[in-house]
Amino acid sequence: MNSSIVIGLAAAVLATLTVVARAENDKSIESIEQYREALRDGNPAELFEAQGEELWKKPAGPKNASLEQCDLGLGAGVVKGAFAQLPRYFKDTDRVQDTESRLLTCKEKLQGIDSSSLVKAPFGSPEKDELNALATYVSGESKNMPVKVSLARPRERAMFDLGKRIFYYQGGPHDFSCATCHGQQGARIRLQELPYLPSPKGAGGAWTSWPAYRVSSGQMWGMQWRLADCFRQQRFPEPVYGSDVTIALSMFMAATANGATVDTPGIKR
Amino acid sequence: MRLKSLSTFALALPTFALALLYAAPAFAGSPGKTDWGAGADDATFHAMLKGSFHDKGIATMARLDQDATQAFCSDPARASGADKDSAALRARIEAENLASIKWPADGKWLGDWTKGEAIAQNGRGLTSTDKAGAVNGGNCYNCHQISRREIAYGTIGPSLDNYGKTRGGSEETLRYTWGKIYNAKAYNACSNMPRGGHMGVLTEDQIRDLMALLLDPQSPVNQ
Ligand code: HEC
Ligand code: HEC
Repeated sequence: MNSSIVIGLAAAVLATLTVVARAENDKSIESIEQYREALRDGNPAELFEAQGEELWKKPAGPKNASLEQCDLGLGAGVVKGAFAQLPRYFKDTDRVQDTESRLLTCKEKLQGIDSSSLVKAPFGSPEKDELNALATYVSGESKNMPVKVSLARPRERAMFDLGKRIFYYQGGPHDFSCATCHGQQGARIRLQELPYLPSPKGAGGAWTSWPAYRVSSGQMWGMQWRLADCFRQQRFPEPVYGSDVTIALSMFMAATANGATVDTPGIKR
Repeated sequence: MRLKSLSTFALALPTFALALLYAAPAFAGSPGKTDWGAGADDATFHAMLKGSFHDKGIATMARLDQDATQAFCSDPARASGADKDSAALRARIEAENLASIKWPADGKWLGDWTKGEAIAQNGRGLTSTDKAGAVNGGNCYNCHQISRREIAYGTIGPSLDNYGKTRGGSEETLRYTWGKIYNAKAYNACSNMPRGGHMGVLTEDQIRDLMALLLDPQSPVNQ
């Protein structure tokens, strides 16, 4: 089937589901579960995964090179299993990086593409869509593997600590922090269940399911976009794409999720 | 009006209270109770904040600056009350928030519950994609069950179903409910509930309408 037809269909199914969701609480959660089951064999995210693989292998940029020699932490050219061990410290950039910020590094180094324009491009732009597709491909190459993030190096440990601290940092006109919405077990906003992120179970479920296809918008979102939208709901200013705050939070979630099974690409409301 | 930062405030305190503050400092920039680890010291943390965000629309960098309440409540050991040493500070923060409440000038507590219901339903406002000066929603259904007719309610806060019916309409109830919506931290320093009036999220008229939603005997909440 043509990809846009699949996505259009999925969006139509969800539009119906949303109406149901507002009308009938338990029933709607149940039908979303059924919907997820039904899509398990044909998650539209797989199209983005395929697109990402194509982008990975296609020569591009001023250097007309592919990303195939990108070092995601397990050595140049190793994609399998890399996502399960990110974020991690990279010597060449002297930074702790997640999948998305590391992709920027590889695009810059291998392809000669200026990453600052990619950082600035808004979510939903073709540039960001490509990064999301690439991240989806990379994450899919760790599917069914256990999350294994290291805190052995001091910089990695520091990122975790910083992530924990920002998780509880309140500000803005609503006094919100991440913990306001994700700091207790079993809470919801309206009908949306909120994972309790400081726990292995909550972080495990959340961290291992992004990048995810969001049925409500028909978009593929990486963790960077997920976090930016939660900061928006938090009434905070916008986090810079790939900035330390986003990597610190990712490190906090990923290390807490250690041992959970990677299940990307995910599918979400 | 925002609270004065505790550091300014401390200057005006008697010596014994000052000693207490030094024993358990809670203002921004000072170590709290939770040990965040060597990698997350104040300087590194604040440099990270500064370098990781940018202004977007009305959501500017100034929103990262904390008042005394936010600084205190960003330490989970203090927010939860597990840190007994900060009990006095906690009480002081509640007192300051209570003192900041603006009571209805004309003594009129209740507005129109139908408008209140719309405000409670509305979760919009003050994000980086909202316009300056737009009317804000109350976000109430995001966290509370209120009218039984609305099934899509959140559970971060307690159910407010039958609120007026169970509490009656005494002056005490009116004052508490107004105060809670205006500044929830007056009664519970680190409540997860926003300070609608104090932070200028809600107008006095909007608070009146929300009061009616909770307390008017005609409101579906009390049917
Ligand atoms: C005002 C509420 C609110 C705040 C504050 C908030 N979030 Fe969220 N978050 C949500 C909601 C609602 C969802 C579910 C979104 C959906 O279903 O569309 C969510 C989803 C998520 C997810 C995906 C979970 C999953 O299992 O798919 C992650 C990860 C996350 N948030 C992290 C954070 C972090 C980190 C912060 C702080 C920077 C934060 N959130 C702040 C409301 C919030
Ligand atoms: C982000 C979550 C959140 C939002 C939004 C919120 N509340 Fe609350 N509310 C709480 C929590 C948590 C409590 C209980 C803890 C406490 O007392 O502070 C509470 C308590 C209350 C109480 C006191 C209940 C009692 O039995 O004493 C009232 C009244 C109330 N909320 C009304 C409202 C109204 C009206 C709105 C909308 C303008 C609102 N709340 C928005 C979280 C929220």
